[in-house]
Amino acid sequence: MAEILVENVWKEFGQQVVLENLNLKLAAHEFVTIVGPSGCGKTTFLRMLLGVETPSRGTIRIDGEPLQAEPGPDRGIVFQRYSLFPHLTVLGNVLLGLEMRGNRGLGYLWGARRKAAVRRCEEMLESVGLGAARDKYPAQLSGGMQQRLSIAQSIVCEPRVLLLDEPFASLDPGVTQDMHELIVRLWRDNRMTVFMTTHHVREAFQLGTRLLVFDRNREGPAAAQGRGATITYQLALKGPKGEYP
Amino acid sequence: MTSLKPAAAVRRRLFNRQPGRGWSIVLAALPFALLVAAYLWGSQTRLAANPDDKLLPAPAAFVAAIHDYAFAEDPRSGDILLWTDTGASLERLGIALAISAALGLGLGVVLGVLPFVRAAFSPLLATVAMIPPLAVLPILFITLGLGELAKIVLIVIGITPVIARDLALRVGELPAEQLIKAQTLGASTLQLATRVILPQMWPRLIDALRLSLGAAWLFLIAAEAIASTEGLGYRIFLVRRYLAMDVILPYVAWITALALLMDLALRLLRGWAFRWAEPGR
Repeated sequence: MAEILVENVWKEFGQQVVLENLNLKLAAHEFVTIVGPSGCGKTTFLRMLLGVETPSRGTIRIDGEPLQAEPGPDRGIVFQRYSLFPHLTVLGNVLLGLEMRGNRGLGYLWGARRKAAVRRCEEMLESVGLGAARDKYPAQLSGGMQQRLSIAQSIVCEPRVLLLDEPFASLDPGVTQDMHELIVRLWRDNRMTVFMTTHHVREAFQLGTRLLVFDRNREGPAAAQGRGATITYQLALKGPKGEYP
Repeated sequence: MTSLKPAAAVRRRLFNRQPGRGWSIVLAALPFALLVAAYLWGSQTRLAANPDDKLLPAPAAFVAAIHDYAFAEDPRSGDILLWTDTGASLERLGIALAISAALGLGLGVVLGVLPFVRAAFSPLLATVAMIPPLAVLPILFITLGLGELAKIVLIVIGITPVIARDLALRVGELPAEQLIKAQTLGASTLQLATRVILPQMWPRLIDALRLSLGAAWLFLIAAEAIASTEGLGYRIFLVRRYLAMDVILPYVAWITALALLMDLALRLLRGWAFRWAEPGR
């Protein structure tokens, strides 16, 4: 459950304004899809939610509390690539989050606690269709399997917010359809808020309960000054339809 | 329109042609065979002109020298010299490599993980790495004496900064996405180091050690040449006085073989212990 409040947020890098005057109020359990041309701050917005970038002005609140200025376990992330741990097996990748949170010291679990965590991870792997691959290493997986694993890795830690940065951009169309079903099911089961950037407008309409369009304001004197992008359209959608079980 | 020739008729670029397995072996052996042949020819020519020539001994001289040093007891000490020398040198080298690996790994990971430590010590390490270790050798002998310690410390000083800097760079090469992901899974700084970064540095450490082997041997031989009573480097420099090429050349070949074996062992260890890090997996 996460209500998100974005108030008058700006992001500037030196002289360059990337994002200006973002305002957004989201109820809990929304599936927010974000579209817009390249370089208009979609990823920067996601990185601010993640805590990797801080707003130059304004505040972001989750459930009324200001966002922490570093990545934390309440916000999961799935990048387009490179977010798996190559030295751990598929099971080890999912287990890592539970281990690190179960043992705040070195981050290893033993005995019954480890068994319980392993069982939970195996269920999670089954539910994303990776049960048979549990002992493989990430480098042995296809692109689609890697993204499933990355999603499973985040979900098993039960984040309040899941951020997806063009998660399916490098997958082929058939795989993407499977991934849509997967992410919608996980979103429904886990009652979290999802933010997903994408270049596919169709995908954005199909999946979202709310669609945000990021773009530069192209009219008026502001456009001439080379100002930043903002949310130019915000549509409430019906959300993923029955075709996603 | 250009017509495509049938595949068989196309002469591929030299760049794209690969030697087969048989050719690879033949091609690899060829330079060695040429070197041996050149030596034998040179040796024969010189010995024909002057039977007392010591520069390029005949094969029979090598056999005799190898017998004396590797299989017969030294009349004075009762030791078999090659094995005593090898044991002493490998002990020094092994201890020094173990210490350097531990220090280099620890330093490299800490430097790579903690920006504050990096800011404080990275310039110092860069400076220390530029001190020619052999220039420090007299200082080591003065302060630590002429015993084992000075020789080991020389090797450690020589290769630890290289290993540490290499590993710090490798930590920096880990994708930012991966480290951010780990934090979203709840990783603390310690856990980032122990569960995410350190395990990925082990195979890198082996690579760094392999690249440091040459330097480690250099420092070992240098230290042994100056102050020692046994060791491969000591022996070579001792018999140099008698121009005993028949001893020096087999010793050099033996040292080279040991270094090659150590390199091979490290490579095999990497493949066996860190399967995930092997290319093509």
